[in-house]
Amino acid sequence: MRGYAGKFAEIDLTNESVKEVRFDETTLRSYIGGRGLAAKILWDRLGEKWDEVDPLGPENILLLLSGPMTGFYPGGRLCISGKSPQSNGITGSTVAGEFAVELKCAGWDGLIITGKAKKPSYILVKDSKIEIRDATHVWGKDGKQTLLKLSKEVREEFDKKYRERLWREPAMVYIGPAGENRCRVAGVQAKWAHGAGYGGYGAVMGSKNLKAVLAEGTGPLPEVYDQAKMLELLNQVRKASIANDVWRRWGTGYLGYYVGNIQSSEPVKNWQEEWHDEKSFAVDQFESRVWVKRYWADFGCPTACEKLSVVRCGDFKGAITDNPDYETQAYMGTNLAVFTPEANVYLNSLIEDLGFCGIQVGNILGFTAELYQRGIISKEDLDGVELKWGDAKAFAKVAEMIAYRKGLGDILAEGTYRAAIKLGQIKGKDLLQYAVQAKGIGIGAHGIRSGLDYPQLHSYTCGAQGGDHTSVAYLPITHPSSEHTTMLMDSGVYCMFNSFSVTPQFQIDFLNAVTGFNISFEEWYNEIAMRIIAIQRAALLIGGPDAKWFGSDVNPPRFYEPLPTGPCKGKAPKPEDVEKMNKEYYKTVGWDERGIPTSETLNKLGLSNVDAVLKKKLGL
Amino acid sequence: MSTKHIWITRDFLRCSGCRMCEIACSLSHEGKIWPDASRIRVFMYAPGIEFPHLCAQCHDHPCVEACPTTPKALSVDEKTGAIVVDREKCISCGNCIRACPGHVPFLHPKDNKATICDLCNGDPQCVKVCREAGFDCLNVVTYDKGQGEALNYRVYARDPKAIAEGLTELMFGEKMEV
Repeated sequence: MRGYAGKFAEIDLTNESVKEVRFDETTLRSYIGGRGLAAKILWDRLGEKWDEVDPLGPENILLLLSGPMTGFYPGGRLCISGKSPQSNGITGSTVAGEFAVELKCAGWDGLIITGKAKKPSYILVKDSKIEIRDATHVWGKDGKQTLLKLSKEVREEFDKKYRERLWREPAMVYIGPAGENRCRVAGVQAKWAHGAGYGGYGAVMGSKNLKAVLAEGTGPLPEVYDQAKMLELLNQVRKASIANDVWRRWGTGYLGYYVGNIQSSEPVKNWQEEWHDEKSFAVDQFESRVWVKRYWADFGCPTACEKLSVVRCGDFKGAITDNPDYETQAYMGTNLAVFTPEANVYLNSLIEDLGFCGIQVGNILGFTAELYQRGIISKEDLDGVELKWGDAKAFAKVAEMIAYRKGLGDILAEGTYRAAIKLGQIKGKDLLQYAVQAKGIGIGAHGIRSGLDYPQLHSYTCGAQGGDHTSVAYLPITHPSSEHTTMLMDSGVYCMFNSFSVTPQFQIDFLNAVTGFNISFEEWYNEIAMRIIAIQRAALLIGGPDAKWFGSDVNPPRFYEPLPTGPCKGKAPKPEDVEKMNKEYYKTVGWDERGIPTSETLNKLGLSNVDAVLKKKLGL
Repeated sequence: MSTKHIWITRDFLRCSGCRMCEIACSLSHEGKIWPDASRIRVFMYAPGIEFPHLCAQCHDHPCVEACPTTPKALSVDEKTGAIVVDREKCISCGNCIRACPGHVPFLHPKDNKATICDLCNGDPQCVKVCREAGFDCLNVVTYDKGQGEALNYRVYARDPKAIAEGLTELMFGEKMEV
């Protein structure tokens, strides 16, 4: 087996035990790693009782997985998965950083974490040794304090214990207070401003009393199948990425103005608008006002689309974040009508300290502000906070209420979909009309109304990960934007932003050079990607214990309201056109007219067990 | 004619933390990607404060002085000025690590032998990859043996913790304990 360390660690937090798990070559070839393997592991272990598994109960499984490409392909990432507390399905949520590389160098392809620790704990992986340790002293601490304290502690311990070198900091993933308090909008963080947000796995870590996982590996990356070929391809993709100067020069930060102004598809005031002309929000403003590092990269990355931003004086002094990247520029900026770089960096820094996914918490904050704008909730509901558009400090207060589940924050912590239902019951109103989400997951900052951005009409209605903008249903499925393509990145576990400048075929060649699997273009799109998406789809349709999504392939109501401003004023898709695209997509991927994968499709993909469970659970 | 030696200079503020230097170094010396066996190591005591750490070729060579074997396992390469390790002679005592003002050498994770940057015989692979990517944190400068040698190690052969704390002040506007 090439490209893989060869073994996974199953860590039982309840019984404080660790055991080795291996997957045979056929399984790895069929599911690759990361998101694909997560779907396989979760379905094998929980599939038959999927609707009963509480994502925030000890029965859920938390997966931290690398892939065969991790460490070799530029831009190291880690895939985090489990039953999602947002969608009740399976999300493969990836985060950049060195963690998965350290894990592979320590001899592990991934961690399968089960049960629930009796007290706040963290896991330390040092080569073959895995320990569950007390984390009481960092429980309750914010993101930056947690990272600095734990990484220093462990580094100094290694310095004393293993004297053969000066030790580097171990790589680390961790949660903030939002995760500890099981907010469904909490992410799993890495470094600073790095997070696996979609899915809500910060809450899953919190529910397991798991504050952090640290890894230090001193071995080499695994042997690859054809090193000469791999190095040749590595050289090519590095050159292509270096030539792709948009991401290098500006990162996704240049989109903060562009997507709004040119494409009219950026959320403004909880998506009431999707256009703005705020030049103060253009990326050169960020560069001159807050950037302190122009190129900030993760393992092996020549693109360095991240830039380090710091506010060094004024009201928001001390705020630290990355680019900020487009998504949080939008969700911590335009969506809240915040249009100054410093205020945007401040909100980003704050929500990272609290341990939120910037997209999900920006979605619920926008939703809350719209309810305030419409007089549906009042100052009294918000413990005296006047939640006016553009007031960064007011949004910060509400974010804190959510993280610590204070007052109304307790309901908002459930995420936009669940909060809309619960608050709607309290207020006696239909609030789902203001909830911009798909399958419990707040929609990424790329709208469909103008028709000028990449998502298609059915992208969020049929996507295997709901509102996730990095995994959209797309026709044709072989398009680079399609989730059948991004599945390769999430399962091989490497960075999408080093993949834009090469073709999907190139990436499959790279995978083959590393693993020797000899997978063809057709096999990837028609079998492997289809297989993984079919399992994710089945889990979504079954859902439970609360939300279920059978018959819910719909866009949020807001996406049918005509755009009120900008050059695309008046544009909105027609529901019947969306329905037509849904049907066309169902047909392409082998689902029936209700969106259920057919028995024929599932049997062909070797998923007859999924077919049986799915039909039984849906009562068909 | 005087002997030309080289130094690898580092502009810490330009380090992206990509660690392609470690990949290049370990591919060249070990034939595989092995970050912890790389002679150049990127430290990240706080995120955003990444910087490379490698031998600075001190003119007084405290590591060579501290090497206890006879003949010494550590010596200076006359051609490049690099410290070279005779792995056969190394007894893994760690004296060179303790003697180094920057604690740069380390014992190799495979065989516990002292491991130090050998300047790739005058053509450092780490510098090449850093410059190809346009990050330009690393650079090669040539100098005549005996000229200005004291300066390089005063700048770079320092405890990484001190370097990191200095950088936090520069980047974040105030010192951060790491």
